[in-house]
Amino acid sequence: MKVLAIDTSNVVMGIALVDDGTVKGEVITNIKKDHSTRAMPAIQALMADCRIAPKDLNLIVVAKGPGSYTGVRIGVTIAKTLAWTLNVPIVGVSSLEVLAANGRYFRGLLSPLFDARRGQIYTGLYRYDEGQLECVESDRIVLASEWAQHVRKMEEPVLFLGEDLRLHEAVFAETLPFFAHFSPASLQLPRPSELAFLGIQKKPEVVHSFVPNYIRLAEAEAKWLEMQKEQNRYGN
Amino acid sequence: MKKDIYVLGIETSCDETAAAVVKNGREIMSNIVASQMESHKRFGGVVPEVASRHHVEQITLVIEQAMNDANITFAELDAIAVTQGPGLVGALLIGVNAAKALAFAHQLPLVSVHHIAGHIYANRLVTEMKFPLLALVVSGGHTELVYMKEHGIFEVIGETRDDAAGEAYDKVARALSLPYPGGPHIDRLAHEGEATIDLPRAWLEEGSYDFSFSGLKSAVINALHNAKQRGETIEAKDMAASFQASVIDVLVTKTVKAAQAYNVRQVLLAGGVAANRGLRMELERKMAVLEGVELVIPPLSLCTDNAAMIAAAGTILFEQGKYATMALNANPGLALE
Ligand SMILES: [Zn+2]
Repeated sequence: MKVLAIDTSNVVMGIALVDDGTVKGEVITNIKKDHSTRAMPAIQALMADCRIAPKDLNLIVVAKGPGSYTGVRIGVTIAKTLAWTLNVPIVGVSSLEVLAANGRYFRGLLSPLFDARRGQIYTGLYRYDEGQLECVESDRIVLASEWAQHVRKMEEPVLFLGEDLRLHEAVFAETLPFFAHFSPASLQLPRPSELAFLGIQKKPEVVHSFVPNYIRLAEAEAKWLEMQKEQNRYGN
Repeated sequence: MKKDIYVLGIETSCDETAAAVVKNGREIMSNIVASQMESHKRFGGVVPEVASRHHVEQITLVIEQAMNDANITFAELDAIAVTQGPGLVGALLIGVNAAKALAFAHQLPLVSVHHIAGHIYANRLVTEMKFPLLALVVSGGHTELVYMKEHGIFEVIGETRDDAAGEAYDKVARALSLPYPGGPHIDRLAHEGEATIDLPRAWLEEGSYDFSFSGLKSAVINALHNAKQRGETIEAKDMAASFQASVIDVLVTKTVKAAQAYNVRQVLLAGGVAANRGLRMELERKMAVLEGVELVIPPLSLCTDNAAMIAAAGTILFEQGKYATMALNANPGLALE
């Protein structure tokens, strides 16, 4: 089974080809250049190197967020278009779950995170149980300081993972002096091959209705809903 | 005999997700448009992030329907054409990346189309283009006079220096408390009212084919304000008629002048505002005096954003061998050249 995995949901771009359980190739970059110009050329080059043609693919796996709205849409659009037109299944995996997979050998909780601006982070809680990655607390957007307090109550070692750690490391180190661990640079970038393997284990989704998991409503929509609620409250 | 050319077009520059298949650049095989207008209405205008989200929801559905309606397979297609810009960047990105994925999956040539070139080529789905020609492009974001001496070569000889005509329509509609989008409401009201209010016309310098509508828009708002202060009421229909008369007067007069100066064989109307009945009628009336110049006005469905026009313009690029690569990016400020 030939699997193409695509992750453009955050700054890191990751493309992987997995063939019958073997990682054939991976492309990982961590540079602030737009995914739109680089994702398709990277897919094209990797597939050419591995001598796998588009029609040979059996499964498309994509990181479906949370992350940059525009970034995740690029990956999801490429993935769903390829899956539809090649008539192969599509599987979406949480971008945080992919990052959590880097903590495979850590005994304790895993808190992958991406910066969400204004002191907020996208995060969740995961752990490995007999080699299987499990979600303990679902993905969310939360203030880093609140998250630190919340995780502290677990009274368990926690491994924080991700490039954006440098922005929030201090608050975790301070709030969880004995329990906080931080991933080294070599384990901070989500691995697209992990994305592929996680996807293989999940159920395919309906291609046409497949969309990113933004976590948040568009700002205008949230405001509009708030206004509706307000109006209902006052009975007009 | 020359082989037929089939091009799939994709357009996502604003709030319409569209796909279409066109044969030989002239014959529509299918033309699917999923409009998001209902969703944006509650915000009083297009919200870019909301538009981008809708495009992702619709993109493969719309393409599938276009392929099914045309009863064609990817193996039978010759190229994929997509709008590169101008437009909303997040929205454009969906079409561009879907088009690249399709071109890659089926090893098909990819061509990138300028949105305005698309509007102009909507006319080729009505009748063959005769060069040299002049196109009057009027839409929510554009007011341009474009001269073409041959296929694929565009020379902008006049453009708006401030608001696009469609923008002015929307702003005046808001001042008259008409619902969004305001253009069609003003057009309808204008036919009921009379152009009794004296509004300015911006001719600009002698010989210029440029436009300006911000002064007109301010004049409307001032007139409404002053009337209110005096306790008088201006009928919305009369204001709509007066405003529309001013816009159309300038658009049509400059178009006819340019058509004469450039000695063109054809004048094409293009863009969403081309749906305006007043503009169509006045252009027909004034163009009648120019002998031997054909006036082409596409049907309403081809004036507003659609993908058939993108496929039509893309067919020329395909024939000229002007292919894009997998590195193609959306360009919200793309210039027409
Ligand atoms: Zn348009």
